[in-house]
Amino acid sequence: MDIQFALETFWSLLSALPLTLKLAATSIALGSVLALGLALARLSGNLALDLFARAYVFLFRGTPLLVQIFLIYYGLSQFPAVRHSIFWPLLREPYWCAVLALMLNTAAYASEIIRGGLLSVPHGQVEAARACGMGRFMIFRRIVMPQALRQALPGYGNEMISMVKATSLASIITLMEITGVAAKIISESYRVIEVFVVAGVIYLAINFALTRLVAFAEHRLNPQLRPPLPISAELKGEAH
Amino acid sequence: MTEPGFLDIISFGRDGWGPVLAAGAWMTILIAIAGFAIGGVIGIFGAWAKISGGPVVRGSAEAFTTVLRGIPDLLVIYLFYFGGSAVVTAVGQFFGQEGFVSFPGFLAGALAVGITSGAQQTEVYRGAFRAVHPGELEAATACGMGRLLKFRRITAPLTLRHALPGLGNVWQVVLKESALVSVTGVVELLRQAQIGAGSTSRPFDFFFIAAMIYLAISTVSGLVLQVTERRFSRGVRRG
Repeated sequence: MDIQFALETFWSLLSALPLTLKLAATSIALGSVLALGLALARLSGNLALDLFARAYVFLFRGTPLLVQIFLIYYGLSQFPAVRHSIFWPLLREPYWCAVLALMLNTAAYASEIIRGGLLSVPHGQVEAARACGMGRFMIFRRIVMPQALRQALPGYGNEMISMVKATSLASIITLMEITGVAAKIISESYRVIEVFVVAGVIYLAINFALTRLVAFAEHRLNPQLRPPLPISAELKGEAH
Repeated sequence: MTEPGFLDIISFGRDGWGPVLAAGAWMTILIAIAGFAIGGVIGIFGAWAKISGGPVVRGSAEAFTTVLRGIPDLLVIYLFYFGGSAVVTAVGQFFGQEGFVSFPGFLAGALAVGITSGAQQTEVYRGAFRAVHPGELEAATACGMGRLLKFRRITAPLTLRHALPGLGNVWQVVLKESALVSVTGVVELLRQAQIGAGSTSRPFDFFFIAAMIYLAISTVSGLVLQVTERRFSRGVRRG
């Protein structure tokens, strides 16, 4: 292994890090909103909404992400209506196509995770909240959501990690994120091992940081699992 | 040549793309099966290393699964495709062959998919072994079974039963991952759809059909897995 070359590769790959992070963050953020909507549609009791969400999840989990990316990036331009619509300036850009595909894809997986979290909240809690006179929205915000979040977070963390990995597919539609730059360096230098190791280390570092972040969030969201804080003040009372 | 319509693309007639798309789908299934089988071998050894290996063996198995689950599959495919080509070229030059020799994409793809799914299958088998009741293994030892006999008659069937749902998930992942092998130029389903999309002006139709074929393969294999699971857990009492 050539250390000098590995270092050079490291710096060129590091310059592609922002794009990878931007792709992952944008699609996870947008996808989570869509996922929440899909999960609520599944649980709404409305047959049309339920069927739509089921079909959506089935379609997006049953097909490869790369096919979805191609459908959006290459496929949509087949229709003149799309080319003449106001969305064309966005859909022409590989960046927004990648974000759109990643977001639609993660929403399907995440909606099932969120649905599991929402279902895990005991019904008695909702009844108790209703008995206290809370409205539907307030029950959701104060009672259901915080507990569902706790339940869903570990699964959601895994989904976020697979999203970070999935951003590498954006390199196939010409985006120069980490994998794109790595493939370019490999095909120019034919030094596979060095580039692979350096790129791998960067991805592992991102995912390690992400796992720590999720673990920290889990810790914050689960105060009931933490040992009680030691009582610092001197206890005052009658002596025995 | 006139522009093909949507039906021409799926037809098996003279100008239809049906036969090549079917051949592509078959290639996809072959890559997935090869990758899954390689992953199965790795998974069994990985699980064995994690369960009963010494600290060094266990540590390297742990490192293997952690690394493989933390880096993108596309990167692994590039490693095998370009790395394999570099090795083959070096061997070729050693024997006096001039220039660049490329590594077969099918082999690179199957190996890459196999290694990533091997990391997943390691965890599946390990978890499944955990679910086997220790009393059953002790009973086998008490009956005087040797290590190999115990593995073949007791450990393997019981572990496999618990592993089936997890293996089904891994299979679905492998099937979708096989689409990435198209970057090595192997003419599987997605690559064939790309070729079709490039030689006509109907990219959406081709990728849509490819998506539907993937969906059909995963749905059918999902049903098969469901039936198998039911068959192999006949002896299990449901709460």
